[in-house]
Amino acid sequence: MDLLRFITCGSVDDGKSTLIGRLLYDSESVSLDVLAALEKRQASGGVVDLALLTDGLRAEREQGITIDVAYKYFTTPRRKFIITDAPGHVQYTRNMVTGASNADLAIVLVDARQGVIEQTRRHTLIAALLGIRHFVLAVNKMDLVNFDETVFDQIAADYAALTDHFQLPTATAIPLSALNGDNVVSRSKHLPWYTGPSLLEHLESVPGAVETAAAPRFQVQYVIRPQTPELPDYRGYAGQVLSGQYRRGDRVRVLPSGSETTIEAIEVNQQEVEAASAPQAVVIRLRDDVDVSRGDSIVPASDEPTLTRELEATLCWMSEQPLWPGRKLLLQHHSALVKAAIPTILHKVNVHTFGRAAADSAQLNDIVRVRLKTAVPVAVDNYHQNRATGSFILVDELSGDTLAAGLIGAANANYFTAPEPSPVAFSI
Amino acid sequence: MSTPSFDYLDRLEAEAIHILREVAGQFERPALLFSGGKDSIVLTRLAEKAFRPGRFPFPLVHVDTGHNFPEVLAYRDALAEQLGEKLIVRSVEDTIRRQRLREPVGKYPSRNPLQTYTLLETIEEFEFDACIGGARRDEEKARAKERIFSVRDEFGQWDPKRQRPELWNIYNGRIQKGENVRVFPISNWTELDVWRYIQRENIALPDIYFGHERTCVVLPSGQLLGLTEHIRLEKDDEIVTRQVRFRTVGDSTCTAAVESDAATVEDIIQDLLLAKVSERGATRLDDNISEAGMEDRKRNGYF
Repeated sequence: MDLLRFITCGSVDDGKSTLIGRLLYDSESVSLDVLAALEKRQASGGVVDLALLTDGLRAEREQGITIDVAYKYFTTPRRKFIITDAPGHVQYTRNMVTGASNADLAIVLVDARQGVIEQTRRHTLIAALLGIRHFVLAVNKMDLVNFDETVFDQIAADYAALTDHFQLPTATAIPLSALNGDNVVSRSKHLPWYTGPSLLEHLESVPGAVETAAAPRFQVQYVIRPQTPELPDYRGYAGQVLSGQYRRGDRVRVLPSGSETTIEAIEVNQQEVEAASAPQAVVIRLRDDVDVSRGDSIVPASDEPTLTRELEATLCWMSEQPLWPGRKLLLQHHSALVKAAIPTILHKVNVHTFGRAAADSAQLNDIVRVRLKTAVPVAVDNYHQNRATGSFILVDELSGDTLAAGLIGAANANYFTAPEPSPVAFSI
Repeated sequence: MSTPSFDYLDRLEAEAIHILREVAGQFERPALLFSGGKDSIVLTRLAEKAFRPGRFPFPLVHVDTGHNFPEVLAYRDALAEQLGEKLIVRSVEDTIRRQRLREPVGKYPSRNPLQTYTLLETIEEFEFDACIGGARRDEEKARAKERIFSVRDEFGQWDPKRQRPELWNIYNGRIQKGENVRVFPISNWTELDVWRYIQRENIALPDIYFGHERTCVVLPSGQLLGLTEHIRLEKDDEIVTRQVRFRTVGDSTCTAAVESDAATVEDIIQDLLLAKVSERGATRLDDNISEAGMEDRKRNGYF
C-alpha cells in the first residue's frame, strides 16, 4: 500500500470542507464520537454539516472560514492519503504554496453554478508552479444545476483552455456533489451520462511520488561519531536520500569542498545495504578521510548539481514585512543554512495571468523573481528538475521567521520542462 | 536500474527519521518527551534508527504525574536501561509543592492540566530548546493544524495564527532566546499506522495495552475507569471487573479503558479496524469538557 499526498484548492464557498468531510465520512474514517460532537453543535438537528469536520479552530468556526493549512488522513484498502486543506481566500496564497509544496496531486474545486473563476486560475497556476503534475477538476454542486451534462462539459472545456494556454498537465474533470455524496466515493445514479471514475477511484489509481527518477542527491543532516572503544574511528553521515539511488562503491564528490571519494558503505538501521533510494533515511560512510559536515552534499562525481553563490529564483513572499532590494537574510537549503542577500528584484509575477510586472518590492503573498547571493556556495538544481534540491526557504536572521519559499531556476528557463511525465513549459 | 517501491510505512518512517536528525542538527539541547505511551515508544525506535551506532543526541524526559500506571513506569525504566540512554524524571508532585499549586479536587482528580507546569519548569531547568513529542495530527482537530516544528514562547504558548509556514521537508528551527520548539516527528501517522509499525517492528509495549482483567468504576458516560487509590469512591458507584485494555496511556484518573480481549498487536489492529470511536473519544475524559478543550490547552503550553 502506498501513499498519496494531495491538496484541495477552491474558493470560499465551493464546498471544499464539505468535500473533504465527505471523503472522510464515506470512506468510514470518521468515528462516532466525532460525529456526535458535530451533531451536538448543529443548531437545529438536520443533516450533519460535514464541513465542520475540517474547521478546527474556534476562530474559524466563529467566522465560518479556514485560517490555516490543516492535514487530514484516510486510508482505503488501496492507499493511505494525506489531505492538505489550504484555505481559499485571496490573502492566503502563502498557505496554498505551503500546501502545494508537499503534494503529488491537486484537486481544484469549482462551483458548477459559477464555473472557472479568477481564483480557479490562481490556484491552478500556483499548484503548477510548485511542481504538481496531477490535477483533478472537481465540478461540485452538480445537484444545483440538475446534474446537467452540458454545464459540466462547458466548465471542463473552459478549464482545458486554461491548462492548454499555460501548457499545464491535463486535468481529469469529475462532476460531483460533495453535499450529497454523488460521485465522491461511489458513482452516482444522478450522473448516468458520466462514465469516468468517482473521485476516490481516481485518487486510488493516480501514480504516486517517484523520487527515483531524478539524479542522486544526498545532504548530510548529522554526523554520527560514537567514539566508543568498539568504534573509535566510525564516522557515519546521516541523512535522507533526497532523490535517485546510491550504491556502495559509487564515486562521489563532497560539496561545497569538492573532495572526491568513494562510498564505503551504506547503512539502513545499522545494516549494510548494496543500494539505497529516495526517500530512505540512511547513513553513508566514505572511504577517505575527507572533511564533511552538516549541510554538505554527497553527489555522484559524474552527475553534479550546480555549485554557485549566485542564484535566480522565484520567491513566494510570506511575511508581512515587505522585501526591499538589498535585504540580508538566511537561506535554508534543506540542512544547509547560509547567509544570503537579495540585491535585485527582477519582476513580479501576476498570479492570475503569470504575466510580468515591474516591482521595486515584494509584499505578503507576492510572487517575484529575484537574484540572490549567498556567502558560501550552495549545491543546487533547478526546481523543475528536482523538487528536493531546487527548493529553499528564506529566514529572518533575528526573529527566525520563515519569510519566503524559493524555487531555483535560471531566468527564462522553461519552468516545467520536466524530465518525466507531463511536461509543462511556461516561463515566468 | 530497478525502481524500488516503498510502502506508506516506509515513507512515514523515513520522514520521521529525517525530522529527528534535523532536531539533532539544529538544536543545542533537545529532549525527547517520553510518556511510556505507544507513540513515544515508537519515537525511541525511530531514534535508534536515526542515530545508532551513536548515542541519542538527547535525553528521555518523563513528566510523572504521580497518577501513572505502575506497569508503565516499570516499562519506562526498563526501556531506558536497555537503550542505555539518559532518563530524566520530573514530578508534578514537586511542582505542586514548589509552586504551591492547588491539587485538583473532585471525584476523578486529574493532574493532566498540571503537567504543563512541570513541563515548563523542566524546560527551564535544563534549558531545552527543542522537545520532541509523539503527538499526531489525527488525534484532534486543533492538532491537525500544528506544524511539525512548532515554535513556542517562554510560556509554552501556541499561537495558531502566527505559525511559520512549513514548506517541502525543510524545517526551520531558528528561535530567539526564551523560545523553544516542540517537534512532532509522527505528525502524519494515524493510530492505525502506529499499530501497524509496532507490529512490523515487533516493538514490545507495556502490558496494559493488551486485554487483561481489571477492577473498574463505571462512569456516568458508560466508560470504564481503572480503580486506583486516587479516585474518591461513593457508595452508589458501580464497581465491575472486566476484560479491558487501554488504547492510550496517560494519567490513570483521566484515561478510560475499553473492553477488549485483544491479546496481540494483530488483535488490536483488528479491533481498530472495527472500532467506531476515536482514540481520544474512547479514552480521554478531559477533552470532552469543551469542544475547544484541546485548542485551549495547546495555547497554554500543553503538548
